Amino acid sequence: MTSAVDARPDHRSGVLGSYDGRGFMGPGLAALYLGLIVLIPITALIWQSVSGGLDSFLTAVTRPQAFAAITLTFLMSLGVVLINAVMGTLIAWVLVRDDFPGKRLVNSLIDLPFALPTIVTGLTLLTLYGPRSPFGINVAYAPAAIILALLFVTLPFVVRSVQPVLLELDRDMEEAAASLGAGPGTVVRRIILPNLVPAILTGGALAFARCIGEFGSVVLISGNIPFRTEVASVYIMGQVEADQPGEAAAVSLVLLVTSLVLLVTFDLVRRRVSHHEEPA
Amino acid sequence: MAIRIEGVTKRFGDFVALLDVSLDIPDGELTALLGPSGSGKSTLLRIIAGLETPDAGRIWLDDRDVTRVPPQQRGIGFVFQHYAPFKHMTVYDNVAFGLTIRKRPGSEVRTRVGELLRLVQIEQFANRYPAQLSGGQRQRMALARALAVEPKVLLLDEPFGALDARVRKELRSWLRRLHDETRVTTVFVTHDQEEAMDVSDTIVVMDHARIEQVGSPRDLYDRPANQFVMSFVGPVTNVDGSLVRPHDLDIQTEPAEAAVEAMIDRVVFLGFEVRVELVRRDGSHVWAQVPRDVAERLELARGQIVYVRPTRAGMTATADGGVTGLEVGQGAVSASAR
Repeated sequence: MTSAVDARPDHRSGVLGSYDGRGFMGPGLAALYLGLIVLIPITALIWQSVSGGLDSFLTAVTRPQAFAAITLTFLMSLGVVLINAVMGTLIAWVLVRDDFPGKRLVNSLIDLPFALPTIVTGLTLLTLYGPRSPFGINVAYAPAAIILALLFVTLPFVVRSVQPVLLELDRDMEEAAASLGAGPGTVVRRIILPNLVPAILTGGALAFARCIGEFGSVVLISGNIPFRTEVASVYIMGQVEADQPGEAAAVSLVLLVTSLVLLVTFDLVRRRVSHHEEPA
Repeated sequence: MAIRIEGVTKRFGDFVALLDVSLDIPDGELTALLGPSGSGKSTLLRIIAGLETPDAGRIWLDDRDVTRVPPQQRGIGFVFQHYAPFKHMTVYDNVAFGLTIRKRPGSEVRTRVGELLRLVQIEQFANRYPAQLSGGQRQRMALARALAVEPKVLLLDEPFGALDARVRKELRSWLRRLHDETRVTTVFVTHDQEEAMDVSDTIVVMDHARIEQVGSPRDLYDRPANQFVMSFVGPVTNVDGSLVRPHDLDIQTEPAEAAVEAMIDRVVFLGFEVRVELVRRDGSHVWAQVPRDVAERLELARGQIVYVRPTRAGMTATADGGVTGLEVGQGAVSASAR
């Protein structure tokens, strides 16, 4: 008769290598996958944008139309992230702390921008806020249209990153502050907000990354007027269509590097403000 | 500051947490609210603090009716069961919180916080974050934070509940010493009778939204008002329908007047005391606590037939848990066992 121990499958090593970290298949597979999906395309992009030399790269990105598109994209993205950081936090607060009829419906609606194909978003916005707006609001072909589209597609990020933190937030902390004499305003400022900042930063960073690459929702309603409403992604598309892959790659690289730098910076700030969570 | 609770009732939906509860807590005393979970003791503490509002009744702090006064204006210090540390602030900032929001001058805050950190013996951790402290240190930080605003009443909700046994005992005697030094009226909630007896001047025993008895630890132990209090504040065993303390049972090896026959089922050595588990002829179980030397002298062993006799008044046990009065004791301590 086989003993219970013998009959048990060996949990110490699997096809992907042993679980004590000394195997090579698991990490190897992860590296291969990351390489194919992330690293090779990025390298190709860098190579393509600087293969004509640094000069041609600089010329490409400082071309007035390219420069205007990049600047517009970053400014709009920053503004949108700031607005959604505030509004997203407020919405998360209402969804967690308040009770009202239809709360569950509102909660599931938050994810709509994620679920909707962005081109459908663009079309919907154009119908609602375009020249034939049923509300008489026409923002089409103006910078406001870009803000509107980006606000819509990035709404879920901050809401969904703040919500779980708020749910987990120890209500005792607020009661403790109250028992020590803190009024509601002080509690929000000194207790609640500091605990939400890391989540707001995380959501904000993701929203920003999404903003600078957004294409579908913006392309229809913005009108893509160079120097006015043409964002970087649309400019890149235009360069590709005009058979200027070098120009397109150069602007792409700027977007890539900037969003990377921003993500890392946000993450460092987040770590800095949440270092207290690490045990000694 | 004296606390007066008058006819307080509190419901949470269908659940009655407190039913017409009245209690006077004198100034400067250390009082324990003792009871099983769901007895209403934490709710009562939170109502004193102003963290809950009673459905009926009034709360007085000295001559001031504070029933509708928010917690911020009650002058109380509250220590939460899980300490409720401000996780994003250092130990120093936690303790300083009550002072900084009152905009006290920086030098005053520094002096006061320094004193408090020394008092609770965590001054070397001033710059750490709560996550970097042990449970006992976090508990002391929470105490220092509550004491910083010089409360007239200190309220503690299961202050030692989340600590391991050794730290709990240490902190208990430390809390007692702290209270003796500061003489701040202190109320703490516990479900641990040993803790309540160890620390407090007065124990308030609660069950099912009501107060069962108020008294000194000794009072409650020796003169419990009813079966619930008797079995909650100490060990009990049932001899012929009478509840007695197991250490009030005298064991002899020869038949004696008023003694009942039983067979030893198990002898458990617990250090100073020995727990003797007995089975009666009718199959009922009784247990007794005897000092080690007595057990050794009588050579108690499994299977032995012995005779057991209560040496103090028992309390008649009733099926519904009610009380029918105290029985007269069965006589003096037996010479054979002592």
